[in-house]
Amino acid sequence: MTTHDDVVEERRNFLYIATGAAGVVAAGAAVWPLIDQMNPSKDVLALSSIEIDLNNIPEGQSAVFLWRGNPVFVRHRTPEEIARAEADDNAPDLIDPERDEDRVQRPEWLIMSGVCTHLGCVPLDQQGDFGGWFCPCHGSHYDISGRIRKGPAPLNLPIVEYTFLDDSTVKIG
Amino acid sequence: MTMMRNIKIKGLLAAILGMTAITSGANGATAEGVLHPERNEYTTTGIFGKWDIPSLQRGLQVYVEVCSACHSLDLVAFRTLEDLGYNEDEIKAIAVEYEYNDALDDDGEPMFRPGIPADYFPAPFANEKAARAANGGALPPDFSTLVKAREHLSFLPWNSVYGEDYVVALMTGYHDEAPEGVEMTPGLYYNDYFAGNQIAMAPPLFDDMVEYADGTPATIHQMAYDVANFMAWASDPTMQERKEMGLNVMLFMIVFVILLYFTNKRVWKKVKKGDDIDPSKL
Amino acid sequence: MASDKKFEPTNPTVKWVEDRLPIFGLLYSSLGAGYNAPRNLNYWWNFGVLAGFMLVVQIVTGIVLVMHYVPDVNLAFDSVQHIRRDVNYGWLLQAVHANGASMFFIVVYIHILRGFYFGSYKAPREILWFLGIIIYLLMMATGFMGYVLPWGQMSFWGAKVITNLFGAFDFIPFIGDGIVEWLWGGFAVGQPTLNRFFSLHYLLPFVLVGVVILHIWALHIPGSTNPLGIDANGPYDKIPFHPYYTAKDAFGLGVFIIFFAAFVFYIPDFLGHPDNYIKANPLVTPEHIVPEWYYLPFYAILRAIPDKLLGVVAMFSSILILFAMPWLDGSRVRSMRFRPLSKFFFWLFVVNGIFLGYLGQRSPDDVLALGVTALVYAQFATTFYFAYFLVIMPLVSRMETTKPVPTSIAAAVLEANKKG
Repeated sequence: MTTHDDVVEERRNFLYIATGAAGVVAAGAAVWPLIDQMNPSKDVLALSSIEIDLNNIPEGQSAVFLWRGNPVFVRHRTPEEIARAEADDNAPDLIDPERDEDRVQRPEWLIMSGVCTHLGCVPLDQQGDFGGWFCPCHGSHYDISGRIRKGPAPLNLPIVEYTFLDDSTVKIG
Repeated sequence: MTMMRNIKIKGLLAAILGMTAITSGANGATAEGVLHPERNEYTTTGIFGKWDIPSLQRGLQVYVEVCSACHSLDLVAFRTLEDLGYNEDEIKAIAVEYEYNDALDDDGEPMFRPGIPADYFPAPFANEKAARAANGGALPPDFSTLVKAREHLSFLPWNSVYGEDYVVALMTGYHDEAPEGVEMTPGLYYNDYFAGNQIAMAPPLFDDMVEYADGTPATIHQMAYDVANFMAWASDPTMQERKEMGLNVMLFMIVFVILLYFTNKRVWKKVKKGDDIDPSKL
Repeated sequence: MASDKKFEPTNPTVKWVEDRLPIFGLLYSSLGAGYNAPRNLNYWWNFGVLAGFMLVVQIVTGIVLVMHYVPDVNLAFDSVQHIRRDVNYGWLLQAVHANGASMFFIVVYIHILRGFYFGSYKAPREILWFLGIIIYLLMMATGFMGYVLPWGQMSFWGAKVITNLFGAFDFIPFIGDGIVEWLWGGFAVGQPTLNRFFSLHYLLPFVLVGVVILHIWALHIPGSTNPLGIDANGPYDKIPFHPYYTAKDAFGLGVFIIFFAAFVFYIPDFLGHPDNYIKANPLVTPEHIVPEWYYLPFYAILRAIPDKLLGVVAMFSSILILFAMPWLDGSRVRSMRFRPLSKFFFWLFVVNGIFLGYLGQRSPDDVLALGVTALVYAQFATTFYFAYFLVIMPLVSRMETTKPVPTSIAAAVLEANKKG
């Protein structure tokens, strides 16, 4: 064994371990900015919440808003629609069972993502077998509570995070 | 050997000194009559530099109430005023003061809407032509990067011009009358610090032009200092984060380098002095 | 002992891969224990590794910046500001990339001058030297085009001035006439120019990587030079690259990173130009147009000659002349440690180069010491620059009496040790 091999063999020395550990920390710290730069930037995050004036949406109508690059459905439901949604709470064909009251903060306002949970298309309003939404891409039928009733989509249309700032303004995000 | 080295070093020093002698003749390069801005004190200087929050808030007030009549601040969004110590509600309150007509009403016509934190400070003029038309042909520069654009750093610290200092000097460098023998172009004002000494901007600040909420007397110098701080922030909003991270990086690297130094020394211990060499085999 | 060790994997997975693609063996024999290097390399030999490190840093940060940068004359400036203000760690990545260019050049200049001093360009390393010059030329082109991308005032006017240099070749039939328009893709520096510079700025670093690989390959044929300049043929003249030079280079790299970080975190704009904080404006020329510091000596040479064509020719010649160095220098001794007169002129050359750099950022009409203008000083310095290669080097190298050279590296190590 030569002098040079001795040095390599001496790897377990505390000094070498400490140096190696510091090197790993340095490399990790250097890599993190390279990864984090791909996360949403500050200007993108600043637009991550929108405020909606509900006065512009009459009863029985829906509106679509662009939020974080995706559509959000806001439906002003009629009492008849609310009753229909609640009546179906225990329907046997619910693929992703969920009660209507768990999907709304105020029953007359259904606010949810407008992205089909199958492959990301945007469902059409007031169409399909259940008087709710119908996704034309692969034929998913959603009811008036946005629950999946028929078709390939696995989940109900997700409820987005929102808060009522007052009776006529809601903040999404 | 050491003597040789000494001679070499002395030779280099002599050469550098010689060059300095040649180059020092160049200090008069700035045009005659233009003064070098005085150095002011800021909390932002040095490796521990921090934002001067009260001054930044006062500077924002000066910008909003005075400068923004002519100068845009295109790259600064209201949301970033967080750096100045404002909370979300305060920022919203600042933003709604401004109007934007980029929204569409139900008929597709442009519609005014109030500003939100994600908006950027609106420009006072629709475009460059409008700005020039309203300012006697001169274009008031945008403030977003102006302090950086006026910063001339030199190896010789006393030759450096810092953007903040330049702003303060310019604001306080007006003369009512041009010095003897200087022919003024009509419509321009004499200023000690402006390149060529003739500036199209009328003296913008007067004592007590704004009323500071914190009771600081609003002298011209104070307002200039505050707005210079504000502009420095607008030019380089990550300064404090940069220096804080820099300190951590430096401390870590110093420890790391010390470890590397001893590792290297240990690795080389046997071969450095040639202990592995068998002289008889040479 | 001096013979290079072969890679013998013990780990079965490594062996499995190695039998199919000898990639570990390649690394082992180029940067690991399988590559033997002279035992007496000093810290000036760190700079090759540092240059390689900087190339990687520039490529990695560059690729990441492209994820946010927009090569559009109306958006480029703002997109750089967007990176600095809004992108997570964008300010850091941008500062590392912008200052990284300067760091790359600092390191490469020292690397080149180390080659000058220790005769690294002499036989049998001529091809290695040529590849180095090609790397340097590629770096200059890449750095220049990268500086244009932020689309500030100095970006724009720098691009205009440098591309106009090629107008000096308008006497060449067929090509000469339209060469500048061809570079611009229009009648001035504009959107097509920005787009093509962006494309090439992205491409050239990968060409650089290719040439760097050739450079390292060419290095491994004769092996590294060393401060004594003698061939490392003796039984104890060499030691394995790993662990000795990996440890030494790691330490040097750590020190260098501290230097680099001081710029990035505390004076990120020191090496830049304030006018580049102003959006490009084709109607307003900045008072002084100066290139980045690393081009300044050549800029001074360009302006030293009042004729446009000759100035351009002189500027290009000042770099291309490096190709002739292996033959201009006729000395049988490589290292200037044993060539005192050559050493004296070498340092004069270095000082002259720094002085040219200083002159490059002055206006030619500036009156400096002794009432002489920068232009005249630049003419003297340019004359010396060329005289160094064409007169001093050929004569001194052939006529100088050299000092006695040690018989082997190992002998020199023992000798130095005896003296303490």
